[in-house]
Amino acid sequence: MPRKSPSNPAHSGITRRRFAVAAGAAGLLAGTAPFNIARAQSGPLKVGVLLPTSGAQASIGQDCKRGVDIAPPIFKDLGLPDLAIMNADTETNVEVARARAEKLINDGAQLLVGAFDSGASTAIAQVAEQKGIPFVINIAAAPPITEQGYKFVFRNFPTAPMILGDAFANQKELFEATGVTPKSVVFMHVNDTFGTSMAQSLPGLLPKFNMPYKIAETISYDPTARDLSVEVAKAKATGAEALLMVSRLNDAILLTRELVKQRWTPSAVLSMGPGWYEEQYLKTLGKLSDGPLSFVPWYDPNKKLSKQLEVALEKAFPGINLNTNHVFTFEALLVAADAYKRARSTDPKALADAIRTTNITDNVSIGPGIQFDAKGQNDKLKNAAIQNRGGKLLTVAPKFASNAKPELPLSPYDKRS
Amino acid sequence: MIDWLLEGVPRRGLVLLAGLLAVLIAAPWLANDYLITVLIIILYFAYTGQAWNVMMGFAGQLSLGHAIYVGIGGYAAAALYVHFGVGPWIGLPAAIAIAMICGAIIGFLAFRFGVGGVYFAILTIAFAEFARIGFDHFRWVGGSSGFFLPVANYARNDLWNLRGNPTMFYYVMLALTVAAFILCHALLKSRVGYYWQAIREDEVAARSLGINTFRYKMYAVVISAGMTSIAGVFFAFYYNNLFPEQVFHISRSIELILGPIIGGIGTLFGPIIGAFLLTGLSEMMQELLARLGFDVPGAKQVFYGVCLLLVVMVLPGGVWPWIARKLGLTGRQS
Amino acid sequence: MAADIYLNVAVSGLLTGLVYGLMALGLSVIFGVVRVVNFAHGEMTTIAMYLAIVAFNALGLDPLVMMVPIAAVLFALGYAMQAGIINPFISRPEYSQFILLVAIAMIMVNGLLIVFGPDARNVQTSYSYDSFLIGRLIVDATKVYAGIATILVTVALFAFFRFTLIGKAIRACADNYTGALVVGLDVKHLYALTFGLGAACVGAAGAMLVLLVDVTPALGPAYTLLAFIIVITGGLGSMPGALVGGILIGLTEAMAGLFFTPSAKSMFSFGLLVLVLLFRPQGILGKRAS
Repeated sequence: MPRKSPSNPAHSGITRRRFAVAAGAAGLLAGTAPFNIARAQSGPLKVGVLLPTSGAQASIGQDCKRGVDIAPPIFKDLGLPDLAIMNADTETNVEVARARAEKLINDGAQLLVGAFDSGASTAIAQVAEQKGIPFVINIAAAPPITEQGYKFVFRNFPTAPMILGDAFANQKELFEATGVTPKSVVFMHVNDTFGTSMAQSLPGLLPKFNMPYKIAETISYDPTARDLSVEVAKAKATGAEALLMVSRLNDAILLTRELVKQRWTPSAVLSMGPGWYEEQYLKTLGKLSDGPLSFVPWYDPNKKLSKQLEVALEKAFPGINLNTNHVFTFEALLVAADAYKRARSTDPKALADAIRTTNITDNVSIGPGIQFDAKGQNDKLKNAAIQNRGGKLLTVAPKFASNAKPELPLSPYDKRS
Repeated sequence: MIDWLLEGVPRRGLVLLAGLLAVLIAAPWLANDYLITVLIIILYFAYTGQAWNVMMGFAGQLSLGHAIYVGIGGYAAAALYVHFGVGPWIGLPAAIAIAMICGAIIGFLAFRFGVGGVYFAILTIAFAEFARIGFDHFRWVGGSSGFFLPVANYARNDLWNLRGNPTMFYYVMLALTVAAFILCHALLKSRVGYYWQAIREDEVAARSLGINTFRYKMYAVVISAGMTSIAGVFFAFYYNNLFPEQVFHISRSIELILGPIIGGIGTLFGPIIGAFLLTGLSEMMQELLARLGFDVPGAKQVFYGVCLLLVVMVLPGGVWPWIARKLGLTGRQS
Repeated sequence: MAADIYLNVAVSGLLTGLVYGLMALGLSVIFGVVRVVNFAHGEMTTIAMYLAIVAFNALGLDPLVMMVPIAAVLFALGYAMQAGIINPFISRPEYSQFILLVAIAMIMVNGLLIVFGPDARNVQTSYSYDSFLIGRLIVDATKVYAGIATILVTVALFAFFRFTLIGKAIRACADNYTGALVVGLDVKHLYALTFGLGAACVGAAGAMLVLLVDVTPALGPAYTLLAFIIVITGGLGSMPGALVGGILIGLTEAMAGLFFTPSAKSMFSFGLLVLVLLFRPQGILGKRAS
């Protein structure tokens, strides 16, 4: 049915030319007005993004990059300035990370974001501090990075003790909610930077939270282990009810397989790290991937920006669940864009000062928002508990940031078809 | 002393050497920060390659686990600095001593029990891996979660504590490389050097001539270990963090020896040329691939491997002897 | 309860060790005869594993079935490598061979990275999660199948070397190079054949390993090291030695993981290696080099 076209000059009161002028003026005003002048002077902010897109952590690095790729249209929507992204591969190697950081700064990067790995992030932090270029860490949990008194390093990610503390609190909440409380757990952790950070912080925090379970045994294993049958056999032999974990992706898959083969279904798998919720885990194990709880830094599914991010991710990369990697990499860029908007200049010191006074409440991660303390750490971040169900990740704790009810105990592996 | 050192070196060679040195000294004024970082890496590999060369090129013992000395040197000096506040220059002798003892143990075990050739190489790998896993569980120096050195702002250069901007580190590394070069040259010209070459050519014949092969092989191992550990100390204070997985890894050991092998084993310039070639090639590949937009991870390493393959097939003695011939520098040595 | 877990772990270690032994067997054959230090051994194994995955995904064929074709492909690869590239290096010093094979390994690993990406891949067969319950013993089904297949392949290999003409010719080359030349054997061809055979072992082992572990390109270097440890412990050039070495290393790592902390279990393998190198360098079943 023919409709009157709004741009038909004969039928509407607005001529095409007037319409165009109005639209143009509206565009100018829409969201970039106060900073038009600054933009005209300096253009987009050059942000160097350092991620391990090759080497041992390649799949996670590439996942983080997805968070970078979906950011621009959302930033435009939010009225944030443009960022000119300069990608660099740290190759999961500390030396390379440092060299790439130097090169990015040399090529004009005005701010750095990265680098997933604590070792690489430390090296980059040194370069950043020395050159006076702001560095926003997306993901790296080792405490020392923000204990050095740096003025140019900021971390919008919880430290190992923060992750543990929230994990314990959330676990207690979940035990109460489901009525399933394990009396003993076996603590298994991967023997790398992250795993040992967690293992070292654990004994100090456990008594403070009055956890209902005892740790029957602590088993650490090599991150490059190809066969975890001995580890699982040992764990099973302790007679513990549940599994407390800090692992990576490959070992999560291996461990689950061994659990099935050795015919042991713990009442709960409580993972305080990556692996058990990653795409690869869900895809590889299918029905066997249901049930594990991961206590990790996460997005708040009830926040507006989270929903936007989910939609954007689904459009650009269909079938991929929104996870920590995307969220925190996205937020690091958000911090950069927001600081640039407020600083109105590309001067690194001005940017650093602007970042220091960041207060973004319309964000994605759980907590009051993004802000940094005197050490450059966002200590207000909260961690969630998520559960795998049917290939999707549901947030089950804390209550205020959840979108589903938790289910415990784990359904027996041998009963799943 | 200087005369003795310069004896037998072709004049042309000296001129070229002086020219190279002048360029390297002037580099910080001519190059930007990124290039300085690359140069530091090149010199680091030139130095460690030279140290490794002492054991392999001079005494013929193939060590594939040389990263162990870098690690021991680094961890020793770092531990002293972090736990006891001991500056790196004072920690250096301790680091060297520990590394030398380690080298002595490996050498003793190997030579006393007649382990040579490939078996010796595998033995060195085993020790390096042993150290890697051991340090992974060594909580006093951070274990696998890493050992961090405290850092301050780099506005001032503190040579005593090795805290400062890249230019300072550049000169330290340059000085080390030059010193290593001179030391190796002196060693080669001395009696020890001749014995080493005899052992390398034909150990049985050397022994029958009355040379105490065990003792001289031990010298080679211990000196090489000591020299390498100095690089470890530098590494610790330059990067300010140590992870057993990175520092003791077999890929580090392999990285270290590629330079001297490509450049020319047993030659003085081999490690240096090798280091320049390899690092230069690696960076060039990176640039090229970035320009072509061919950002596939692993592509650079494939090209790298292919170049390595070509060099080793076409120039088995290494690149330096070939260049030396072209430059008309062939004397008996270097 | 305590007794079961030791038994379970021991059996598991033994079976896994058998398969590693088959992989190492290839190295033993290669080094024993051609005397080339094949530092690309693990990488070749990884190629075989990826081939099994591709075959499984494309044709739906079980790796155990694909074992023979994959071994054949690896045979061709090995033959080509030896005849084409490696042969001139046999008389060159060890470090030269080493660099050559390191370069080849580097190309292989990164080639795999480009083609397959870094994510771990695996094969899910219908029996992937099965286990046998024998009394109080729980044995992983895939390990049993792989173990049986390994034994069959090894027996076939023994038979080849002992009873066929070519097998004897190859052994002659290994025992006495000059003698073999004098007698008129085409040594170059035999070397290539041997390398091909070693590669075929790797192919078979790879097809089976893919049932036990997930593949990533980074597995290559780790397996190269493992193969060397096994071969030296068991005895260079001795085929039963490679299997014995494999079983021993498999058991050692399993038991060490049980008694001590699993993350340090490789230390025991290396410790064992050092002891063997010092006190019995010819390995458990090897002959002293003359």
